[in-house]
Amino acid sequence: MSERSEADAHGHVAVDVTTLDAELIEGPSVATSDVAEYALWLGDDSLILAQQLGAWISRAPELEEDVALGNIGLDLIGHARSLLHYAGTASNRTEDDLAYWRTEPDFRSLHIVEQPNGDFAHTIARQFIVAHYLFELYSRLRASADATFAAIAAKAVKEVDYHRDHGVQWVLRLAHGTDESRRRMITALSDLWPYVEEIFRDDPLIDRLEGIAVRPSSLRPAFDEAIAPVLTEAELDIPRGFVASGGGRTGKHSEHLAFLLAEMQVLTRAHPGASW
Amino acid sequence: MVTVERRAAEVREALARPRPLDAASQAAWAIAAQVVDPEIPVLTIEDLGVLRSVTVTGDAVADCAVTVTLTPTYSGCPAMDAMRADVLEALTCAGYENVSVSLVLSPAWTTDWMSEIGQNKLREYGIAAPTGHATVRGSGPIRLKMAVKCPRCSSLNTRELAHFGSTSCKSLYECRDCLEPFDYFKVL
Repeated sequence: MSERSEADAHGHVAVDVTTLDAELIEGPSVATSDVAEYALWLGDDSLILAQQLGAWISRAPELEEDVALGNIGLDLIGHARSLLHYAGTASNRTEDDLAYWRTEPDFRSLHIVEQPNGDFAHTIARQFIVAHYLFELYSRLRASADATFAAIAAKAVKEVDYHRDHGVQWVLRLAHGTDESRRRMITALSDLWPYVEEIFRDDPLIDRLEGIAVRPSSLRPAFDEAIAPVLTEAELDIPRGFVASGGGRTGKHSEHLAFLLAEMQVLTRAHPGASW
Repeated sequence: MVTVERRAAEVREALARPRPLDAASQAAWAIAAQVVDPEIPVLTIEDLGVLRSVTVTGDAVADCAVTVTLTPTYSGCPAMDAMRADVLEALTCAGYENVSVSLVLSPAWTTDWMSEIGQNKLREYGIAAPTGHATVRGSGPIRLKMAVKCPRCSSLNTRELAHFGSTSCKSLYECRDCLEPFDYFKVL
């Protein structure tokens, strides 16, 4: 689709000989507690964001957008399943145990993903920020010394690349649309921006996972560099103002997450073991 | 003389369809290879490059153990569960009693693995095949796109209607000549 690099001349993909069995809990890859904690960080971000996007289905401004946000959510659910499955290997829990039977202090997701869907511009601002972060994250996590993270990242990076493009197109379209769409885009960006800093904050866990995890602060320059030309083209300024306290990585959340979890978990909790 | 292009195509084919070398595993591969994608029933999992390995250990069909690995197209593709169940059923129906099917994520699936036969079947079915090869682009919003050919009239005068389509792997296009909308299997 886009430019082809030199490495593609003989057929493209780097082949990883590791065969990862992501599905079997008895499989060779069992996470240590630190690795599991990091897997929860990333898995919870994807899970919560996917749950939020699902709420747009049948409510987006146009049918194509119902489909788009639904499909992005589906990719994110895929990433969350792999990551939570891996996290669960450390404590003998399944991905469903982790998704449905934890309460909010046990979730490790960032505050930005629990911010309400708001109007469509808020959802787009959140997507624009998170998809750019995830793209930089997974680009680097492909080189993780942990084969499971590397495999999940190599797959996810191609998908979030597409999500990133979706966010860019909509930021431009809303910013250059009507006065109303522009006003909403500006408001949404300034409402979401306080939550950007937490994304790139380091934590002692990262020091213990050198070579395995990606240091969040190391992603900030690439993130800024990637979004700057889009904001310039959209004639939007990077909002200034307060920085939200954050704390998602240690289980401190805003009131939004509890309501979100209540909706996400109600069926499983009302009917334990239900399947369909 | 084998040209560089020919050799590259062979390497690509070996990556896309890593067929087993022993006869027993080959027989089981041939059965698993007939399972189709439930969303795009003209494509087999072999055409897609989703079938990654088939290994048979033991002699008689009933006694041996068959291990099959599949790779998901997209991380969240709901069709994977169906493909997995269908592979299990196909091999069980063929008399294999001890069958296990697992998913692998690495190496990550790419549309580059779709066979030429698969691409042709896709076009006949009315879905435009992936145009070009997969790359992950660097930073910056600029992306050069190759024209997507209309599967109905072969016109290159087409446009994207929606970035996302009826399944994760497709986007929605429209032909400006024959005016028909069509699905495009996007490059991944």
